[in-house]
Amino acid sequence: MIKATINKVEIEVPEGTTILDAARKANFAIPTLCRHPDLTPGGSCGVCVVEVEGFPALRRACMTQLEKGWVVSTNTARVRNARREIVDLILSDHDADCLTCIKNGRCELQDVARVVGIKDVTNQGKNHKKAIDRSRVALVRDPNKCILCGRCITVCSDIQTVNALTLDGRGFDTSVSTVLNQGMGNSACVNCGQCTVFCPVGALYENSQTDEVWKALNDPDKHVVVQEAPAIRAQLGEEFGMEPGTIVSGKLHAALRRMRFDAVFDTNFTADLTIIEEGTEVVDAIKTGRSLPIITSCSPGWIKFMETFYPHLRGHISTAKSPQQMFGVLAKTYYPEVKGIPAEKIVSVSVMPCTAKKFEAQRPEMWSSGFQDVDYVLTTRELARMMREAGLDLKDMPDEPADDPLGEYTGAATIFGATGGVMEAALRSAYFLVTGRELENVNILPVRGMTGVKEAEVPVDGLTLKVAVAHGLGNARKLLDKISSQLAETGKSEYHFVEIMACPGGCVGGGGQPWGSTMAQRARRGEALYEEDASLPKRRSHENASVAVLYEKFLKTPNSEKAHHLLHTHYNARSKVDGKVVKED
Amino acid sequence: MSDQHTCACADAQEEELYPKLSEIVEGNRGKPENLIMVLHKAQNLFGYLPKKVQQIVAEGLGLSLSQVYGVVTFYSFFSTSPKGRNTIKVCLGTACYVRGGQQALGKVENELGIKVGGTTEDRRYSVDVVRCIGACGLAPAMLVNDDVYGRVKTTKVMEILDRYE
Repeated sequence: MIKATINKVEIEVPEGTTILDAARKANFAIPTLCRHPDLTPGGSCGVCVVEVEGFPALRRACMTQLEKGWVVSTNTARVRNARREIVDLILSDHDADCLTCIKNGRCELQDVARVVGIKDVTNQGKNHKKAIDRSRVALVRDPNKCILCGRCITVCSDIQTVNALTLDGRGFDTSVSTVLNQGMGNSACVNCGQCTVFCPVGALYENSQTDEVWKALNDPDKHVVVQEAPAIRAQLGEEFGMEPGTIVSGKLHAALRRMRFDAVFDTNFTADLTIIEEGTEVVDAIKTGRSLPIITSCSPGWIKFMETFYPHLRGHISTAKSPQQMFGVLAKTYYPEVKGIPAEKIVSVSVMPCTAKKFEAQRPEMWSSGFQDVDYVLTTRELARMMREAGLDLKDMPDEPADDPLGEYTGAATIFGATGGVMEAALRSAYFLVTGRELENVNILPVRGMTGVKEAEVPVDGLTLKVAVAHGLGNARKLLDKISSQLAETGKSEYHFVEIMACPGGCVGGGGQPWGSTMAQRARRGEALYEEDASLPKRRSHENASVAVLYEKFLKTPNSEKAHHLLHTHYNARSKVDGKVVKED
Repeated sequence: MSDQHTCACADAQEEELYPKLSEIVEGNRGKPENLIMVLHKAQNLFGYLPKKVQQIVAEGLGLSLSQVYGVVTFYSFFSTSPKGRNTIKVCLGTACYVRGGQQALGKVENELGIKVGGTTEDRRYSVDVVRCIGACGLAPAMLVNDDVYGRVKTTKVMEILDRYE
């Protein structure tokens, strides 16, 4: 512990504490723009400057570790003027059309400008006017809003190891860009959208489809159905001021009905279906001696990452489509058949915690129903915006169930939204598929939680299943490098089954989650999903009665020919340079 | 785009340089810390750093293309557009500036239809600016390749440039 003084207050903090953290502990707030609790400090914005006695220049509080006996001032006239000047300079080349900005009211630059007391932008100089990058179907990049804090680049390179974004140029003409400024759509970008979650301003955001969805809802000739991903129920409440980890499944269904969706279903239904298809695939692979491990396929950011950086592992990826896409097919095949509605009248909307789902829905493989299976994908943030526009506050909604026949779900489906959840759900059913008996303790704790790579061994009769779980693509890379070298050296891997999710924390930490989320919030949302799981009467996917009816009436058996045609897919190899599909001979 | 070529013969010549690039990269395989040195050598070889060269360097050193591109665009020494056969450097040091260096530069830019840092489509000329070449007594001064020209009047510019094919 070391002693020092901040604004005349004596404090004691552990060695290595930054001035920023020490000041916060002493209840002195220091404004920051580039600092984020989950990223390595970069010190690029300079807003957090403070005075330290004995040093002629101001120091950046986020980058400077407090030392014994230092006398620090965080609120002198010199410090306040310096901060105001820095923010003034940022604003002098910032496209400040705040009222029409997607971040209006949720912008960290707005907050900082207010806190440092900007009354007028006094610096008037050259203004950049750069083209908005709309080359990616999932994401939009507006360089005119960018403040060059570098958070997006840090998360893209350090946490996700995708390296799609980079700084281009130097000095006043620096911009956040992609190689040769060719746009995110012509880069290795996997659409994970973590850059949008970390961006403090309105420079990176989802390519919104709210207008298209409003239009469909207003069209009397259309029958608009909606599905919501497992993670939505643990995120959406935060948009309406509820605590992170408040489960809102029932309120969500009620709100969607009040927005005039014709049928309110639940992606959790097809999460259960995914487990039956994928679980059957894994069990068959083990029985028939197919090269292991089988790796999950639910996360479209992960799928594009695999196609780009690990295409040699394509044969190991489960061919089962993601729950979103399974739902999309059924909404335009099974549901119209049951309901007697022409399939061409159906508009299929999904609400996802994810930006990569927008890309997935538009993949050319995803037309198994004869139509584009999922028409529009909304992120959690977009749904919240639509609800506000519709005059709905989630807090005031009653709890309502989803509609039949695509609405029933088990606890196994709910935990899909957290890292390790798909693995746990699959093991609950795989055990039954292999032994014909139920797994007694369905809580498989070693695969839960925020550790980057998790492993577990699960005895299933004579066989011990070795499984691994990774979340965040940097963690996935570590696991995949290990698997790749095992396969290259011995032709075999130690793992039977592997779950990978592109985003840290799994889907509860997806690129479509509420702005400004932290890892702590993601962890809390994950825990909440396990709480919902524990509260449900059925916790194994094979207990879902509506899924059983679906097989009986429509698909016949798991992995049947019809199931294969509708619910399974294939993967491509992609270029690391531009992310485009590489044609193979 | 900057790595598009207009001249087929230059492409053919460039193709012959790739085996040499492979040698440079091979000696630094898996060593990202040598990036700047490797880029220096690559630029000496090609005269500039087209996307394909950056890609080969990235792959060899174990970096992503965007990381290499970030470094290339940060340092003004590196160029992503091809250089001409003849490099014109107009001096804008203090003495040359006050004696009409800016006008000489303007003339070069207008006549060749390119800006500072640019290269003519036929790759005959590239134009750059330098700050003092120690020929202040001859101001305004201009370099074409290694030849120094002093007291460059705007009327003389094209006469000088025409000497270089």
